[in-house]
Amino acid sequence: MTVKNMTVKEITNKVLNNEELFLLDVRTEDAYQDWKIEGKNFSYLNVPYFDLLDGVEEIVDQLPKDSEISVVCAKGGSSQMVAEMLDEEGFENVYSVEGGMKAWSEHLEPIKISDLKDGGELYQFVRIGKGCLSYMVVSNEEAAIIDSTRMTDVYVDFAKKLGVKITNVFDTHLHADHISGGRTIAELTGATYWLPPEDAGEVTFEYKPLRDGDNVTVGNTNIDINALYSPGHTKGSTSFVVDDQYLMTGDILFIDSIGRPDLAGKADDWVMDLRETLYTRYKDLSDELIVLPAHFMIMEELNEDGTVAEKLGTLFEKNHGLNIDNQDEFRKMVTEDLPPQPNAYQEIRETNMGKINPENEEQREMEIGPNRCAVR
Amino acid sequence: MNVTKTLDATGLACPMPIVKTKKAMKDIEAGDVLEIQATDQGAKADLTAWAKSGGHELLQTEEDNGVFKFWIKKGE
Repeated sequence: MTVKNMTVKEITNKVLNNEELFLLDVRTEDAYQDWKIEGKNFSYLNVPYFDLLDGVEEIVDQLPKDSEISVVCAKGGSSQMVAEMLDEEGFENVYSVEGGMKAWSEHLEPIKISDLKDGGELYQFVRIGKGCLSYMVVSNEEAAIIDSTRMTDVYVDFAKKLGVKITNVFDTHLHADHISGGRTIAELTGATYWLPPEDAGEVTFEYKPLRDGDNVTVGNTNIDINALYSPGHTKGSTSFVVDDQYLMTGDILFIDSIGRPDLAGKADDWVMDLRETLYTRYKDLSDELIVLPAHFMIMEELNEDGTVAEKLGTLFEKNHGLNIDNQDEFRKMVTEDLPPQPNAYQEIRETNMGKINPENEEQREMEIGPNRCAVR
Repeated sequence: MNVTKTLDATGLACPMPIVKTKKAMKDIEAGDVLEIQATDQGAKADLTAWAKSGGHELLQTEEDNGVFKFWIKKGE
């Protein structure tokens, strides 16, 4: 007896539409506590699959009889076993989440943010399971990609579908929570790979240094990408103003939190950089700019259409991290009692520098878990 | 260490390493040690949690060329 699968794409739609779903997560309690599929109207039960090997009788009373149940595990093997057992117990709407949390971590949902001047378009790629956001700016048959994930096929195929050529690839900083696909995309497409030089001191490959004030044009109709040096999360962190309307903040400013300065090991040194960027450099920008960050941490940061975007002026009113007048209090908030660091963040940084080249499977393992780049 | 039984679970994906481990544990006595070899990345966390919940003792783990080795002492 084979049970039906539910794809991570289908789950994503349920999250974005605020639908109900009962998730039976059969990973260990630690794994579940650390990171799970989040949905506004989702309900949960966590029982490790190895406690169910002798039967599911003990949990049937805790499961809904008539609504959909999705069983999820790390990779999709154990969830299938448990789903089959439930099916045999008479549960009719049982699904196994295909590919498990690994597939969930890797799913990218491209969502159009807006049209740009002269027929250009801006897309946000929401990596919903891990909270990573990347971008494609399209204009006149050319595309630029910002903060791409390692699922490079998704961007390359998307560009192909739009009939555009990827000409420029950017990373706002050297990432510590996920492996960048920037270098691979540049190699595949012949695009230029831009990195802020202060973050790229140790990289082992060719890149083009991106400096404050640099201006890169996508297509021939001037969709400008203006680099704005904005250190704090890392020494080199750089923001982009796109089409005079959008502010891509990388890991410096999020919707409901701000970047943490410790992942490259220099929290104390970079606190004042972070403050200067947030409280002076960003303050000088137009309140009308729409902030597009590189991450979200909680589902509440998603807009109704699934995008993560908010006016800079609104963030200056509502984001707690932008409203701490006292410098010492700010220092304390971003250096003390920080959340745990992302899984394997040192190895991820080394991979992004080109120092180590882990196999695909190992890269997946390194990225397990939430992104944890912020402090609230 | 006195290993009573060795289980080769290499190449097997989750949930099979634990399914086989559980079965193999039935064949040995309390206090006996089972050695498990697995290649599934998830095996470590899962076997650790499984041993704990089943009252067994995970004595030692080792990684050798992509093969994880576990020694579990059967509980009472």
